[in-house]
Amino acid sequence: MNLRKKSGGAALVFSGSAANKTVSNAKFIWMMAASVAGFLLALLANAFFPQAAHSAAFKEYTALGVTLDMNGAYRLTLALLIALYAGGGIFAYFAPSGRAKYAKRAAFLFALGAALALWDIFGTKLSLLPQPFFPGPAKIIESFLIEGGYIWQNTLYSLRLFAVGFLAGVAFGIGTGILIGWFPKAYYWVYPVLKTTGVIPAVAWMPFALTLFPTPFSAAAFLIIICVWFPVASLTAAGISGTPKTYFEAARTLGAKTPYLVFRVAIPHAMPNIFTGISTATAFAFTTLVIAEMMGQPGGLGYYINASKVWSAYYKVFAAIVVMAILFSVIMRALELVRGRVLRWQKGMVKS
Amino acid sequence: MSVQPLPIGGLGIDAINRPHIDTSAKRADIARSENPSPSSDGEILKIDSVTRTYTDAEGNTVEALRDVSLSVKRGEFVSIIGSSGCGKTTLLRMIAGLDAPESGELVLNGERIARPSQKLGYVFQQGSLFPWQTVEQNISAGLKARGVYKERKADVKTYIELIGLTGFEKSFPHQISGGMAQRVAIARALINNPAVLLLDEPMGALDSLTRADIQCKLLELWKKRNTTMVLVTHDVDEAIFLSDRIVIMTPRPGKIQGFISVKIPHPRHRGGIEFLSIRRDILEVLHLARANPAPEYMI
Ligand SMILES: Nc1ncnc2c1ncn2[C@@H]1O[C@H](COP(=O)(O)OP(=O)(O)OP(=O)(O)O)[C@@H](O)[C@H]1O
Ligand SMILES: [Mg+2]
Repeated sequence: MNLRKKSGGAALVFSGSAANKTVSNAKFIWMMAASVAGFLLALLANAFFPQAAHSAAFKEYTALGVTLDMNGAYRLTLALLIALYAGGGIFAYFAPSGRAKYAKRAAFLFALGAALALWDIFGTKLSLLPQPFFPGPAKIIESFLIEGGYIWQNTLYSLRLFAVGFLAGVAFGIGTGILIGWFPKAYYWVYPVLKTTGVIPAVAWMPFALTLFPTPFSAAAFLIIICVWFPVASLTAAGISGTPKTYFEAARTLGAKTPYLVFRVAIPHAMPNIFTGISTATAFAFTTLVIAEMMGQPGGLGYYINASKVWSAYYKVFAAIVVMAILFSVIMRALELVRGRVLRWQKGMVKS
Repeated sequence: MSVQPLPIGGLGIDAINRPHIDTSAKRADIARSENPSPSSDGEILKIDSVTRTYTDAEGNTVEALRDVSLSVKRGEFVSIIGSSGCGKTTLLRMIAGLDAPESGELVLNGERIARPSQKLGYVFQQGSLFPWQTVEQNISAGLKARGVYKERKADVKTYIELIGLTGFEKSFPHQISGGMAQRVAIARALINNPAVLLLDEPMGALDSLTRADIQCKLLELWKKRNTTMVLVTHDVDEAIFLSDRIVIMTPRPGKIQGFISVKIPHPRHRGGIEFLSIRRDILEVLHLARANPAPEYMI
């Protein structure tokens, strides 16, 4: 019957679109070369460009039986990046679906490597950038040689604080959102409070939080909770109360009672909204996290930035920023994966 | 609005030579008292002088249904046909317990219908499948909602086979065609073993080929399961092809004008003489037979 053909048709469409994106072998090898060439350039620049205006040798550090100065560590990092992208390229070469994605990134990676080379030359080699505000890339990496363990500890502190505040805030926000979205009474009493307190940046509560909570950690967690709570709660509520009546009616004619209507109809319907709330909340939470740490935590990346600034160790500030960029990107990516998994049913139904 | 004088049989046609027309429905307005219902022993659903008015946004009242009575026999296939806005959906929603009548009573198996339940399955015109559930999950929704999924898990597969959707179990509603989606909606309601299956123009949004396909499926299911069916439709052919009895309604206020029994044995031929004669009668009653139907009877 005509239904049987559907999968065949889908396969056709798929191979058609894949054909458009297929990257030929020769072109792909070029792309692989471009991906690593920038970093290679940076590595060569660091190794062979003469060092001006720096008479003394760079300080050496020994870790895990290896002795390195900052340039050595920088070159090691570049070598790791080269290995990573070359490896990724070889992997993508044999997985045709990954080729297009890899090829698309090649130009950017080349530019990134070239920019590192320039930065290294002007920042470190020629010392043309104003110091100590704009250290070269190698100098930033030196922070990890000096106190990698300490940075790691602070990273863990931030991560723990974020996890506690964020997860509790999401749970609390979804809970409030369900109540507001489902019960008109809850909407009447809670929604105005949510609306007016929600727009206040969470860090404004800092003085209260610090006096009300026993530890700085719990105070900061509280701030993250309230900044996550607001967007998650209001979007959950909108998603729940916006559920088309037909779905409830259909469920009731199937014998469903209230728990099913809430948990299997209203909440699934609100899921796309809930995730929109969560991604907004994530950005708020990062801000709140760093500001809270800068204003009175015994640890964390924000604290580390503050502490380094006092000693004018701007290269350490940059190091903390690099760690944050990586950490926050990983968190965002993880959330995206969860979202894609939960909202699998929307795939192909909505744009993007 | 004028009710036209109806000479014989209340239907404006010569009923003497047409045995399928229920002459007991003398006039639309007395159809209630002389409801040509089957004897009460086989009766599963009883609608007793139901009235419903709506108030629209401007505060005007719309009499959606006035004094509607209808009795449906166990295992019967009843179709309701009538022009747009004559209260068919209103009536069906009240049977399902989704709306309450203003006056009158609806009774299922001797029990007043007060709220929706799985006993009264409902198939909406379109778009009532849960988009976040796969075909399989949609069909098992009722079983899960009632906590009988474990025992009846095997039935889900049977129903998927029955509606010809094997291979699409894991598809989401937006990934299947409209006709397939309506078959899923029918299976989702039927798996609950409803006493009555209510269908509100379930094929209204489909093309005629798909429609014919689903009509056959529906008949097949009906014969196999012997579920009582109440179908709202705009399509005269569909009503004749499927039903034992056709209820004709008139608008403003929504009333039952008459009943037509269809005694043609299944499978029915859409071009058969009896089929066409019934078709002509219905069109006549609906004032659609001639070139310029009275505007208020436009379907
Ligand atoms: N919720 C409502 N509020 C106000 N008026 C309503 C409402 N539902 C139905 N009506 C009115 O009641 C009348 C009957 O509506 P109903 O939906 O039952 O018609 P119908 O026979 O199903 O029409 P169609 O064939 O177009 O679906 C219409 O005049 C309509 O305007
Ligand atoms: Mg309708």
